[in-house]
Amino acid sequence: MSLTTQDVQHIAKLSRLHLSEEEVEIYRTQLDSILTYIEKLQAVDTTGVAELQHALPISNVFREDIVSVCEPETHTLLIENFSHKEGDLLEVQAVFNREE
Amino acid sequence: MDISTMSLKELADQLTKKTVTSEQLTQACLDRIQEQNPEINAFIRVAEDALEQARAIDTRRASGEQMGPLAGIPVGLKDNMLVKGQVTTAGSQILEGHVSAYDGTVVSRLKSAGAIIIGQTNMDEFAMGSSSESSHYGITKNPWDTTKVPGGSSGGSAAAVSAGFVPFALGSDTGGSIRQPASLCGVTGLKPTYGRVSRYGLMAMASSLDQIGPFAKSVEDVMTIMECIEGQDPNDGTSIRLDSTSVPELLEPSVAGLTLGIPKEYFIEGMDPEVKARVMDAVVVLEKAGAKIEEISMPHSEYALATYYIIMPCEASSNLGKFDGLRFGYHSMGSDLEDTYRRTRGEGFGSEVKRRIMLGSYALSAGYYDAYYRKALQMRTLIKQDFDEALKRVDAIITPTSPSVAWGIGEKFNDPITMYLSDIYTVTANLATVPALSVPCGFVNNLPVGLQIMGKPFDEQMLYRIGAFYQSQTDWHKRTP
Repeated sequence: MSLTTQDVQHIAKLSRLHLSEEEVEIYRTQLDSILTYIEKLQAVDTTGVAELQHALPISNVFREDIVSVCEPETHTLLIENFSHKEGDLLEVQAVFNREE
Repeated sequence: MDISTMSLKELADQLTKKTVTSEQLTQACLDRIQEQNPEINAFIRVAEDALEQARAIDTRRASGEQMGPLAGIPVGLKDNMLVKGQVTTAGSQILEGHVSAYDGTVVSRLKSAGAIIIGQTNMDEFAMGSSSESSHYGITKNPWDTTKVPGGSSGGSAAAVSAGFVPFALGSDTGGSIRQPASLCGVTGLKPTYGRVSRYGLMAMASSLDQIGPFAKSVEDVMTIMECIEGQDPNDGTSIRLDSTSVPELLEPSVAGLTLGIPKEYFIEGMDPEVKARVMDAVVVLEKAGAKIEEISMPHSEYALATYYIIMPCEASSNLGKFDGLRFGYHSMGSDLEDTYRRTRGEGFGSEVKRRIMLGSYALSAGYYDAYYRKALQMRTLIKQDFDEALKRVDAIITPTSPSVAWGIGEKFNDPITMYLSDIYTVTANLATVPALSVPCGFVNNLPVGLQIMGKPFDEQMLYRIGAFYQSQTDWHKRTP
């Protein structure tokens, strides 16, 4: 493997991480060595091997369709954790830009 | 009476006979923490209401209420388990000041059992690490030698039990984060079968690998804790309904007639030969008691770590997407919403967490899915098949828990691959979903060595039987730093 600076910047963008130039260089080398280590899997022929998609052989776990209520204290604690709020509402920056 | 060396059964007995109160017991733990924690840093914070909880249990007991085996006994919880109204941070700056809004299932079960939640133990940030050096709240030190790491990621829980701060603690294990620190700190630790313990209220790292489990001074104590925390939970769709608990009424006090497999791939070049010697000493103890020892082969073992380092970061990069700086924790305002995300996460996460998020994002990105994630899922099948085949022939698999004893603080911190290699014997059990127990089996240079016992899915009883028998023949688990 050999990752470029642009590769790392692209991965950082996908990951929603702001990195300093110094960090980009450190991660370029470190991610490179990890990806090189991981390459060893390519030596194993896995043609026709099923993917282990679920840790347990269970599926369709249902519960009774009964509305359960959030405890008022839990509700309060959740809202208190918001970084910015207006009343009980989470306040965030605009998601879409308005056409000028 | 030295409560720091007493078993859970002995403590429960004293509490029942009222020769000691929960308040006295909790105060003794708090005193010990106050005295030694500044050096060890096993606890990040101590619950302000610990004595209040203890007095409430004492009052209930005094009024004649019949109490269970954990009632009135203090427990330390890894800082990634939600306790309603208490600060829980996963060792990360990004959750600084975050107050949990509800109790995780293991926490509500411990509370119902009357256990005293005494505080949060230190951990590698978001459970990503093998040395407990990456916490935003400082490094945890090994009670056996404070120049050494305690292992990780649940290093705080392991050190807290080892140093006698608390009689027991809980941790979480995604690739060895209970067993490896248990090994390095000389205590007993169990990663249960995936699905045995609810993960509701555990901050997720890799959801298909994570399991909560206990740290204690003996296998007997581990069984008592498991009886309290295990079982199906409607809030965790991957928790399994089982007819029986993992804990038998009576444990067979013998290993005679059992077949134990020693996988040749686990005794590789590069492991400490002294560690190997201690593990083989333990095998001799079991063999002399009538167990049949058989060399086995698990041919895909050498690919386990590479497989793990694809699946875990992929799942983690997805799970950690929720930390956006808006709904909880650290917040850094940017010029627009995306800039706020990038700043918050860039500043709030530590270096190992960022490394794993990027690794996962890369492996899952367009064009790479087949080469990485799909390949790793296929490898996971092959690794599980190795276990299935082996466990048809043997009752349990015996290996070292870690290839070395505790290493020096700072020694591997800037070298990710070397750090990752310390989990080489533990990641397989998570990939294969099987239960695995680590018990102390001796010392190298005055540092503890751990023996790992792995078994069939949901056959924790076999691990308890072998581990408890071994502890009846040896006293390594009784040594204290």
